[in-house]
Amino acid sequence: MDSDKKKKINRRTFLKGAASAAITGGVAVTAGCKGKGLLGSSEAFALEFQEYFKKHYRLMTKTERKETVSRLEKLARLRQDITVNIDTTGPSENVLFGYAFNVTRCEGYMECVQACVEENNLDRKSNTQYIRVFEMEHGQMSPDKGDGKYFHMVPKEGHFYMGVQCFHCENPPCVKACPTKATWKEKDGIVVVDYDWCIGCRYCMAACPYWGRRFNWNQPEVPKEEITKEQHYLGNRKRVKGMMEKCTFCIQRSRKGELTACVEACPTGARVFGNLLDPDSEIRFVLENKKVYRLKEDLGTDPKFWYFID
Amino acid sequence: MKKDTTSKGLFSFIKDAILWNLSGSIGYQVYLCLLVCLMLIGVYGYFIQFRLGLSATNMSNIVSWGFYISNFTFLVGVAAAAVMLILPAYVFNDKDLHKVVIIGEVVAVGALVMCMSFVFVDLGRPLQFWHLVPGIGQLNFPSSLLSWDILVLNGYLALNALIPAYIVYCHYKGKEPVGRYYKPFVFISIGWAVAIHMVTAFLYQGLPARPFWNNSLMGPRFLASAFAAGPAIICLVLHVVNSATDYKIDNKIFNKLRIIIVSAAVINLLMLFSEVFKEFYFPTQHSQSAIYLFFGLEGHNSLVPWIWTAISINLLGTVILAFNPFGERQVFLMPALVLLIVGIWIEKGIGLIVPGLVPSPMGEIINYSPSNVELFITVGVLGLGMFVVTMLLKPALIIEKQYEDSHGEHH
Repeated sequence: MDSDKKKKINRRTFLKGAASAAITGGVAVTAGCKGKGLLGSSEAFALEFQEYFKKHYRLMTKTERKETVSRLEKLARLRQDITVNIDTTGPSENVLFGYAFNVTRCEGYMECVQACVEENNLDRKSNTQYIRVFEMEHGQMSPDKGDGKYFHMVPKEGHFYMGVQCFHCENPPCVKACPTKATWKEKDGIVVVDYDWCIGCRYCMAACPYWGRRFNWNQPEVPKEEITKEQHYLGNRKRVKGMMEKCTFCIQRSRKGELTACVEACPTGARVFGNLLDPDSEIRFVLENKKVYRLKEDLGTDPKFWYFID
Repeated sequence: MKKDTTSKGLFSFIKDAILWNLSGSIGYQVYLCLLVCLMLIGVYGYFIQFRLGLSATNMSNIVSWGFYISNFTFLVGVAAAAVMLILPAYVFNDKDLHKVVIIGEVVAVGALVMCMSFVFVDLGRPLQFWHLVPGIGQLNFPSSLLSWDILVLNGYLALNALIPAYIVYCHYKGKEPVGRYYKPFVFISIGWAVAIHMVTAFLYQGLPARPFWNNSLMGPRFLASAFAAGPAIICLVLHVVNSATDYKIDNKIFNKLRIIIVSAAVINLLMLFSEVFKEFYFPTQHSQSAIYLFFGLEGHNSLVPWIWTAISINLLGTVILAFNPFGERQVFLMPALVLLIVGIWIEKGIGLIVPGLVPSPMGEIINYSPSNVELFITVGVLGLGMFVVTMLLKPALIIEKQYEDSHGEHH
């Protein structure tokens, strides 16, 4: 009921904003519309109006990127009354991110799942999760045979655990499928989505052999006090209904040299993340010294996500 | 009436077309009202979906394409099937089929309008559709098969709208259309018809992530089922035209179409058998989807009754059409066509799309059936398609009839 009422009010203010923006005309809108003398909502509307016409992220100049970021930050203040910081840091030279998962160590606590949900502002209403952890019986090696919905004390006798998420393929089928180039692989190997450019056709979802992508079927909801405010344009910033999203190796953290939220949260140290091009990195140590394997190698997708056994 | 033909221009053509469309018997008016009601149901459904997002549907992260894309796939076939009239009429100069080729083209236009509508209502962010438009947007061509599909469908719509429009306009002015103006486009449209359905098949076929779709038979099989179901729908439209207007369709035409339909239906069944053999002779991990479709998996068997119904009525329809009991009287023709159409619609629609997505790549199995909102919107799109066909066909047939009569006087 309450949220219904809120929705209605939002709609009304939106329409009011639309009307007044139409009256003040395109001049104010294109001039950036500081909106001091207007209604607060009409300023937000003007910003949303400009956002609607913005270009694909990769085609924006530096100034255009700055402008859209400042619009988005302003909108967060106006619409949600929060101050967010949206980063646009690009990939660094000589960095290619990779991930390894220690099947022996994982005990299925799912701390990684929770940390990911909180870090990446995932929709609490539909319970969206980028990471799935499967409980597997011994003798299996593919998560599609495991149980992804277990709900009991872990670890369970005679079982082991496997986490899956977007594998950031070097040859990603999703990128090939997207009709608007709204998803692509960055130079540092992270497969990202330009949320605002996505039209929500879900062809990428059909193309992904690892079930790595999530769609916003409803308007996503995150309690205001739980929103992570350090954001990245291609990462954990606000999404709306109809957009595709996915794991970005916590681009807002990894691009600053930090570990992803899932790695940091893992209580057993089963998760390894790092730069594949750095010979001294932990991930390189794992690849060189452990027996590693990847899922569905026969598809030729070349995922940058390895499983290994101690 | 005939004296002012020379002064008739484009303006009076459009005006007459609109007037003819609005005038008609009480039955016709009721029929139009019914179509408007269907469309309003669709608008209502879309209004709900627009507010709630696609959560108003029963689709999910597992079954991420559902009823809309199923219907889209079937209707691309119906659109492509116009070629089965165009080819004999224009290339082999078949006089009988020449008389009805325009009806086939109009059905193709209606089917294409429905195809585009189904894709549009399936979009999560319809207001951003301009991101697809080359020039202002970013079309991922030639990499994405979806971008190919958008191009070929729009091209085919243009061909199938403009060729008949030119011919009918010439006939309206009492002139013979100039062959070299439109014949080249007719030949292009024949190749294009094959292209729209092959590209739509490639949309699924090109996904190694989905073993059920990743099957090199899909393109040819799409064509075979399309050339059965499409002409069958055209036959139904011809039947309606024959009984509701004074544009009479000869029995010979129905017989010719029947032979086309039977040939395609038999090839389709052969290919179906080939697929079923591959899936069940030595079932592998990749046969899970087929098992889900035909027998159900882990208690999830919502598609099982559908697919067996589809195959049964498909077979029954084909057999009736092939042996054609009662010969010239053709009492069984229309019911058999309906059986065949429904069979192919199930098998190529929901029976193809949903098992492609279930089990999910992580092995999860769920049931899917369309929500009320999906049904409302589908009904609306169907109403829109029938409306488009009616609005185009009525004036076209009046003009064709007048032209035929006046030419009869000359000879």
